[in-house]
Amino acid sequence: MSEAAAAIWFDVGTIADIPKLGARVVASREGPIAVFRTASDRIFALRDKCPHRGGPLSQGIVHGEHVTCPLHGWNIALATGQATAPDIGCAAAITVRIEAGRIQLRFSPSAE
Amino acid sequence: MNMMHKKQRLAVIGNGMAGMRCVEELLKRDALRYRITVFGAEPHTNYDRIMLSSVLAGEKEIDQIVINPLSWYGENEIRLFAGDGVVAVDRTLKTVTAESGRVEPYDKLLIATGSRPIVPPIPGLDLPGVCAFRDIADIEQMIGASEQYKRAIVIGGGLLGLEAANGLLKRGMSVAVVHLMDTLMERQLDPVAGGLLQRELDGRGLNFFMNGQTEEIFGETRVQGVRLADGREIPGDLVVMAIGIRPNVELAKKCDLDINRGIIVDDTMRTSDRDIFAVGECVEHRGRTYGLVAPLYEMAKICAEHLAEDNAPGAGYTGSVLSTKLKVTGVDLFSAGNFIPGEDCSDLTFHDSARQVYKKLVLRDGRLEGVVLYGDVADSGWYFELLRKREDVTAYRDGLLFGQNIVAAMGNAPKTSVADLPGDYQICGCNGVCKSTITDTIAAKSLTTLDEVRAHTKASASCGSCTHLVEALLKVTLGTTFEEAAPAGMCKCTPLTHEDVRRRIKDEALKSIPAAMSALGWRTPDGCASCRPALNFYLLCAWPGEYHDDAQSRFINERAHANIQKDGTFSVIPRMWGGTTNARELRAIADVVDKYAIPAVKLTGGQRIDMLGVSKQQLPAVWRDLNAAGMVSGHAYGKALRTVKTCVGSEWCRFGVQDSTAMGIALEKMTWGSWHPHKVKLAVSGCPRNCAEATIKDFGVIAVESGWELLVGGNGGIKLRGTELLCKVATSAEVLEYCGAFLQLYREEARYLDRTAPWIERVGLDYVKTRIVEDETGRKALYARFLYAQKFAQIDPWEQNAVQDKPKAEFRLLAEAN
Ligand code: SRM
Ligand SMILES: Cc1cc2nc3c(=O)[nH]c(=O)nc-3n(C[C@H](O)[C@H](O)[C@H](O)COP(=O)(O)OP(=O)(O)OC[C@H]3O[C@@H](n4cnc5c(N)ncnc54)[C@H](O)[C@@H]3O)c2cc1C
Ligand code: SF4
Ligand code: FES
Repeated sequence: MSEAAAAIWFDVGTIADIPKLGARVVASREGPIAVFRTASDRIFALRDKCPHRGGPLSQGIVHGEHVTCPLHGWNIALATGQATAPDIGCAAAITVRIEAGRIQLRFSPSAE
Repeated sequence: MNMMHKKQRLAVIGNGMAGMRCVEELLKRDALRYRITVFGAEPHTNYDRIMLSSVLAGEKEIDQIVINPLSWYGENEIRLFAGDGVVAVDRTLKTVTAESGRVEPYDKLLIATGSRPIVPPIPGLDLPGVCAFRDIADIEQMIGASEQYKRAIVIGGGLLGLEAANGLLKRGMSVAVVHLMDTLMERQLDPVAGGLLQRELDGRGLNFFMNGQTEEIFGETRVQGVRLADGREIPGDLVVMAIGIRPNVELAKKCDLDINRGIIVDDTMRTSDRDIFAVGECVEHRGRTYGLVAPLYEMAKICAEHLAEDNAPGAGYTGSVLSTKLKVTGVDLFSAGNFIPGEDCSDLTFHDSARQVYKKLVLRDGRLEGVVLYGDVADSGWYFELLRKREDVTAYRDGLLFGQNIVAAMGNAPKTSVADLPGDYQICGCNGVCKSTITDTIAAKSLTTLDEVRAHTKASASCGSCTHLVEALLKVTLGTTFEEAAPAGMCKCTPLTHEDVRRRIKDEALKSIPAAMSALGWRTPDGCASCRPALNFYLLCAWPGEYHDDAQSRFINERAHANIQKDGTFSVIPRMWGGTTNARELRAIADVVDKYAIPAVKLTGGQRIDMLGVSKQQLPAVWRDLNAAGMVSGHAYGKALRTVKTCVGSEWCRFGVQDSTAMGIALEKMTWGSWHPHKVKLAVSGCPRNCAEATIKDFGVIAVESGWELLVGGNGGIKLRGTELLCKVATSAEVLEYCGAFLQLYREEARYLDRTAPWIERVGLDYVKTRIVEDETGRKALYARFLYAQKFAQIDPWEQNAVQDKPKAEFRLLAEAN
């Protein structure tokens, strides 16, 4: 069974629904997911849980392709979820695709 | 062994600071040797005399200054006769006799009778209303007088006199200080520092009569004033004598112990009678008497060693080096050693008149001999160590005046520098980081900058007060490879300073964040979490009404108009004008709490009510309900005007002289909604008792009989700073005008994230006075600009975001993928 076949793509809305340099939250069974939009309209999605102490990354300030966590200021790379050195940790990244201007997130039925 | 023998009897005369410290030290060493009896002339248990100044100033209550309560005597089986002074000692029979007639035998006797205020031979001393400043009875009299009378006269401009004067001023009296000399505290300060101090206290409202020799205290049934030798007459209803102290040797003299100025003791604290010891201000040791507690505590320790053990080893007491601080809030002053340079001495001085900072160091034979610091006492501990230890400072003499950091930076780390701190010495209190963690990390990770150390160890990453130590450690660890931090650019995105950026925003008419970033050559495409909020504020401040606020450049709290909590929920704090509320508002709050099942409600430190644990999605509905009851956002989340605390004032309080509540509400109505470089807090007190804590606010107002005192630059947070007096004004309209102008100056000129306290420390109070007090046209223009900006700022953000039909996107989920 190929990976693609196992994946479920879920439609969450349009790019315009998210403010530039901002984020919105998608509720999911595995907890909230933050969907980010950069200045150049790239869209990323991360578990809305900072690897430091669980802060809601969706509420942070977005700059370049990073977000600064609102609780204690860790910087997290939007593409990978990795914390910027020297901090160590990773927020799970969720695969995103844009289909005709609509944002779709990939959920795998099993664990990510 | 002691248990087998009958206990010896130790009698102590004097239940004061030195005597009881000695007993404490003795109990630590041998709690069983003596059966202890204490006689005290005052009807109190052992208390902290030093703190009488704070009690007088209203900063402490009597019950807070007790050192040992009655239970302590009980637990240690000490018999205390308080209020029963000893009147005679019989050295042959070895007994003491108290006023009450009680006779108590002793094997060992400890005399710790302290000293007495010096009373000059002038007429009128026995009039009611004349007192000293020595014990609880004195300050009870002073406090009583301050509640009934208006004018006080303090005779003596030394340490005690000034603390008395300050306390009485704070209790609402007008205070005159008569001083014999032409500079204040001449025994601790040189003339320059004395002059600075006088100017500061003068600004706070003390009236000085220098070179004043008091000739007579006059009055009929109560004191009415004093007359000076040169004919000047000062009216007053209370006269406090504080011209000095003299060792209390009366008893010792009566029983023929050797005395000079004080009771003569040897290095074991024994008097001329081997069974009689003496400690404290009453003794004279190697020709010196003392009037501060540090040396008395050293004496107490030595004395206890010799009481506990008959032939105790050890060097004994050899004398002390003294240092002085003045306990007047907001006056930073330090003095130690001998500061009048003799022939073989040289002195180093530094004087920054703008910042009111003065330092003088006296050197002899390459060692520090005396120190006087005024206005900046950060290095006092270090200088005092050098002085006490008689360190040779020749190697870093050039940097000495500039303090420990500079000396450490010169690579000439002296003995007491960070280099010599033990590895487990905690450098950063906030994050609990000790020295070895920092030095090990610097070495292991090859760190070279402060930022890197902060990132890797968190040291100095919180309140920042240990930054100098961390920098010194970097320097010490790296030696010459340490790179000085470049003059601070705003952040990593630009080398420009905050000031450069603000100026160019105006000069080049930059009106949006992208415009500013491109004109100013930002290194990153859209800045970072530290420069974007700063730019947003600078633009907002520069172009009121024109600039479009950029929500994405605001920290979440300001974007969501609520305060994010550690679990991602928010807190909601409605404005309560001047700390007042009513049944309708309270009912609305209660209803909201019930309706949205808000888990916690708390009174804040800012005189209002906090509802905690509200989810982001609930916020618009919560706001709608609060709005309906007339409540608006309290901006408890913003770099904005926060609270205006008030006290009940003349409307209700028996001491209030103006309506502080109404004044506070008027100020809050004028200033709410204004954005600032950092949060801004105001307070208004109805009299100098200052129940609204105006003296630690950014802008504080204290009502006085003739109007209002305006105070600026206070901060109660990480680094406590009392306000400084800006000026006095007569009317409420002026309070509003000065406040608006002051806040506008701060908004226009401070760096983002500077509160008023560090900003004023940088630019100097004199600068603020020039702009606000002296330049009337300038002040009015600032005020006008403030009011103009408020037209666009006073829109309740809650109302704008409250849920009408559909909440704004920010507060809604994008989707539910379940
Ligand atoms: C709610 C309150 C505590 C309380 O339960 O009473 C509070 C709560 C917070 N304070 Fe405070 N402060 C509160 C009164 C104070 C006071 C007392 C006062 O205002 O009289 C002070 C000292 C006075 C002062 O500011 O000078 C105070 C000094 C601080 C500081 C240190 C500021 C400084 O200049 O050193 C911070 C940190 C900061 O702002 O960077 C801070 C920051 C915070 C934050 C906002 C931390 C944060 O960013 O999340 C806290 C939010 C807690 C939360 O979970 O919502 N809080 N905070 C008080 C709200 C008052 C209000 O009605 O608005
Ligand atoms: C307002 C004020 C502020 C001060 N501030 C400072 C400061 O900031 N820093 C500092 O280092 N020092 C300060 N001092 C000085 C400090 O308080 C004294 O140096 C210290 O209290 C002296 O201790 P002592 O035990 O020798 O005398 P005391 O504390 O005066 O104790 C002597 C006690 O003996 C009692 N006594 C006297 N005769 C008899 C008798 N015949 N029988 C029984 N009891 C008797 C007295 O009533 C008194 O209670 C301050 C003093 C005052 C008054
Ligand atoms: S003092 Fe203020 S910042 Fe610290 S825990 Fe309490 S509320 Fe939070
Ligand atoms: S929870 Fe994100 S930085 Fe602490």
